[in-house]
Amino acid sequence: MPSISRDEVAHLARLARLAVTEAELDLFAGQLDQIVAAVAQVGQVADQDIPPTSHSVPLTNVFRADVVRPGLTQQQATAAAPAVEDGRFRVPRILGEEA
Amino acid sequence: MTELTRLDAADIAAKIAAKEVSAVEVTQAHLDRIAAVDHAVHAFLHVDTERALAAAKAVDDNAAAGLPAASPLAGVPLALKDVLTMQGAPTTCGSKVLENWQPPYDATVTQRLQAAGVVILGKTNMDEFAMGSSTENSAFGPTRNPWDLDRIPGGSGGGSSAALAAFEAPLAIGTDTGGSIRQPGAVTGTVGVKPTYGTVSRFGLVAFSSSLDQAGPCARTVLDAALLHEVIAGHDPLDSTSIDAPVPPVVAAALEGANGDLKGVKVGVVTEFAGDGYEPGVAEAFTAAVDQLRALGAEIVEVSCPSFDLALPAYYLIAPSEASSNLARFDAMRYGLRVGDDATRSAEEVMSLTRAAGFGPEVKRRIILGTYALSAGYYDAYYGSAQKVRTLIMRDFDAAFASVDVLVSPTTPTTAFKIGERTADPMAMYRADLCTIPSNLAGNAALSVPCGLSDGLPVGLQIMSPALQDQRGYRVAAAYEVARNAAQGGPLINRVPELEVAH
Amino acid sequence: MTTAELMDYAEVITRFDPVLGLEVHVELSTATKMFCGCSNRFGGEPNTHVCPTCLGLPGSLPVVNAVAVESAIRIGLALNCEIAPWCRFARKNYFYPDMPKNFQTSQYDEPIAFNGYLDVTLDDGEVVRVQIERAHMEEDTGKSLHVGGATGRIHGAEHSLLDYNRAGVPLIEIVTKTIEGTGERAPEVARAYVSTLRDLLQALDVSDVRMDQGSLRCDANVSLMERGAAEFGTRTETKNVNSLRSVERAVRFEMTRQAAILASGGSILQETRHFEEASGTTRAGRRKETSEDYRYFPEPDLVPIAPSAEWVQELRGTLPELPAERRKRVQAEWSLTDLELRDLVNAGAIDLVAATADAGAPPAEARSWWMSYLSQQANARGVDLGALPITPGQVARVIALVADGALTNKLARDVVDGVLAGEGEPDHVVETRGLKVVSDDSALYAAVDEALAANPDVATKIREGKHAAAGAIVGAVMKATQGQADAKRVRELILTRCGA
Ligand SMILES: [Zn+2]
Repeated sequence: MPSISRDEVAHLARLARLAVTEAELDLFAGQLDQIVAAVAQVGQVADQDIPPTSHSVPLTNVFRADVVRPGLTQQQATAAAPAVEDGRFRVPRILGEEA
Repeated sequence: MTELTRLDAADIAAKIAAKEVSAVEVTQAHLDRIAAVDHAVHAFLHVDTERALAAAKAVDDNAAAGLPAASPLAGVPLALKDVLTMQGAPTTCGSKVLENWQPPYDATVTQRLQAAGVVILGKTNMDEFAMGSSTENSAFGPTRNPWDLDRIPGGSGGGSSAALAAFEAPLAIGTDTGGSIRQPGAVTGTVGVKPTYGTVSRFGLVAFSSSLDQAGPCARTVLDAALLHEVIAGHDPLDSTSIDAPVPPVVAAALEGANGDLKGVKVGVVTEFAGDGYEPGVAEAFTAAVDQLRALGAEIVEVSCPSFDLALPAYYLIAPSEASSNLARFDAMRYGLRVGDDATRSAEEVMSLTRAAGFGPEVKRRIILGTYALSAGYYDAYYGSAQKVRTLIMRDFDAAFASVDVLVSPTTPTTAFKIGERTADPMAMYRADLCTIPSNLAGNAALSVPCGLSDGLPVGLQIMSPALQDQRGYRVAAAYEVARNAAQGGPLINRVPELEVAH
Repeated sequence: MTTAELMDYAEVITRFDPVLGLEVHVELSTATKMFCGCSNRFGGEPNTHVCPTCLGLPGSLPVVNAVAVESAIRIGLALNCEIAPWCRFARKNYFYPDMPKNFQTSQYDEPIAFNGYLDVTLDDGEVVRVQIERAHMEEDTGKSLHVGGATGRIHGAEHSLLDYNRAGVPLIEIVTKTIEGTGERAPEVARAYVSTLRDLLQALDVSDVRMDQGSLRCDANVSLMERGAAEFGTRTETKNVNSLRSVERAVRFEMTRQAAILASGGSILQETRHFEEASGTTRAGRRKETSEDYRYFPEPDLVPIAPSAEWVQELRGTLPELPAERRKRVQAEWSLTDLELRDLVNAGAIDLVAATADAGAPPAEARSWWMSYLSQQANARGVDLGALPITPGQVARVIALVADGALTNKLARDVVDGVLAGEGEPDHVVETRGLKVVSDDSALYAAVDEALAANPDVATKIREGKHAAAGAIVGAVMKATQGQADAKRVRELILTRCGA
């Protein structure tokens, strides 16, 4: 029987960039445990030799000609941004790896 | 003017074409109806009054100039689910994270509607990012079922189905990932169609689960749904999963079906979708509908699709997995809500705070569930296995359609439940989509047509067709609809209680 | 940077075996991006080459660029790879502000090309075969500008500004298998590999391959194994390696750094490091989280790619003569020694010489011009030979003018200077600078007579049969005619005048 611990929910929330409250951790841990227990039934086919289906459409090789299409103007692109500076999206300082 | 709002889309279009009424009059009548009843129903998140009237006027001007109508639905008003982009109006997906977001581009469905002269009245309420079966997960408050305002109108497209049942619009667009068109259709006594995956463009449809999402028509009659289906369907080079094939002849099929003859049609009853968990009233209405189909000349057989039992669990792995990735883009950097940017916090912190504040509990639950299912070490057991189940379900459909033309089942196991009844129990909520999910996983066509009442609440008959054979369901549904109206003394939808009108 | 000591390189080699892994990202020079029709042009005003798809707007969808797929297959074929009969894109999920969807659409366990190799010739002619693990398609990120803070770097910045013009530009990532057994030559092998790969990509005409502009980027994975050890050591991944020379320096530095740590009993941290061009050192970047989990899954918005055998065969037919074959052919045709060939290759001059020869110049003349005078000019300007503002056609024209006797070698260099200065085509420069050889004998006789009159002693010597003395008069005449006379002709006229 699978189970999702509170710590695991906290780890998943970090991966998903979701700040969660203590109360949410308790709530989600309980609910997810229940849901996972229910959906884990699919595991019964895990060892069977069945090809996985990721697309229900039987299509392959759908390509686009390498031709420029008009896109958005800078104004359109940035119109909905929380903050803009010099035509660029202004965002808080980035902690991560230096690009 | 109230009569105009009671008309079917086909009738409205005919009256406009015959110049018995102007498109502007029709649009105004629906806008008036929205103003009168939407305070109680809350089907709309945004009413686009001015542009709707302008679009209607354009249709009238076109007719006055002697030009042919843009489509058989020119001038007919429509309610658009708020998950499809339309320039000049907000697209919120029922989420705080996108509150007031104005998209700089139109969805292909939106473009096709506008090109067809369909008048878009506004954007309808929905469960946040289409995650839910009741529209209670909208960040902007629930929509109420016109049959009983204390009950849910289904979900995620409860705004679209309620708008039809409240006579606020004769047509609506929904999107169906696990049943979000059919289940709301069933519980509001309206027609809801999920076309074959890949036949209606997803470009501009804000993704919940990309491999399952499909936009489709919602209406009060089968023919209206078919007319709308032909407007929105067709190949779109902007959607890689769009099938380059002719649109199935659904209008012709609906007209043929209306002759009331189903001789030579073989109908399979899915045996897995019965028994425990199915409300007696639902089971009775379903059985009566099957009897009706037999009376119309159809041959009825029982068909077993054993892997359908695994459809719900597979769905609740695949959909949240894809959603966890699709919804990662809502990060406060480029558009939408931004919370906690106080010049000291980092981008990473602002992202986490924004997502925490911007998403509701169901969305968070599914993001965490999807993140879990895709995690290293769990992938094979969960996501990988769910994809195998998908293969099994497709095989079950293939085997069934080798011997029958269509499959039928109840659309939902129960009628509309009370608002608040299942919010604390996610699994109970998820079971509302038990019967609709297999067709999302397999991609085939499926629709729901009203088939009677249980304790005064509508029940839906689900008709499933093979992929790209959408017309089969329309033919059966149209034949059934005619017989049902005859047997039940007129369209079911006419029995919706009168709503209190605001003055 | 780290303050850890470095081990002497010779000692590193006696104690450790280096193991390399090289990941090269190449931006394709397609007209449009990988998944949308936005222009794939370098630069531009910020956020002007963007659309709903490459901005990751809600509801947008990707559609694969056919030419990007063709380029990927051609690269795979040129690298002797197998081409997958069926492959897909996957989503690599992680949050980063320069990535609009917060996942990268990339290929994961189903690359379009795999199991290949590239033969790399080192400076002394030794050939090393580098095994290629895979070449796969993916998309580039946007660019962030970090504002505020003392260094202007990400650390200490107050906020950042994002430009998504580069987001979605098609990338091919080419990954080697581990490269072992190269010993002290590991840094050289790394450089030579990237250099050979660059030439190959250039020949395929699929990318600008400008390391300085980031259209070709190399990440170098380096680890050390104690001599005789069975298992690989912990590796570091060095990024920001922006030139061929840096590739070599970065690998060498990492070897000496890691060796010093290992020798003192420390252990290597698996981490991303950044190469510092100025100091030639690497500095620690973000530590790789142990829990890094990209949650790959097949991209549901795209359908599989299944290149038919016919299509692959057709693309194989479009492969140009690849650099290695070309070198062999050129060496034979131009009768070059190994050394001459290597010089030509190292100077990046083969294409230029060949194009000049194609424009009608004798190959030897063409080679001489590019390898001497033009190489000097390039050096003086600090640019690659190919970046000089002169075309092979123009060089061929100058060579033809010399062959016709219209220009002397000296004048020819002046004409080349004029072309390099942007004064136009060679013939135009000849005209405007007045560089025609003075071939009118009467004009030359006047100059000769004047020079003889001014140097009576020399004139006497010549008349006495000391022909060597004529050189001084030739010099004087050349000076008087500002170099526009044909020195040989001047000499003849001097001797005639002196009756010698
Ligand atoms: Zn774009």
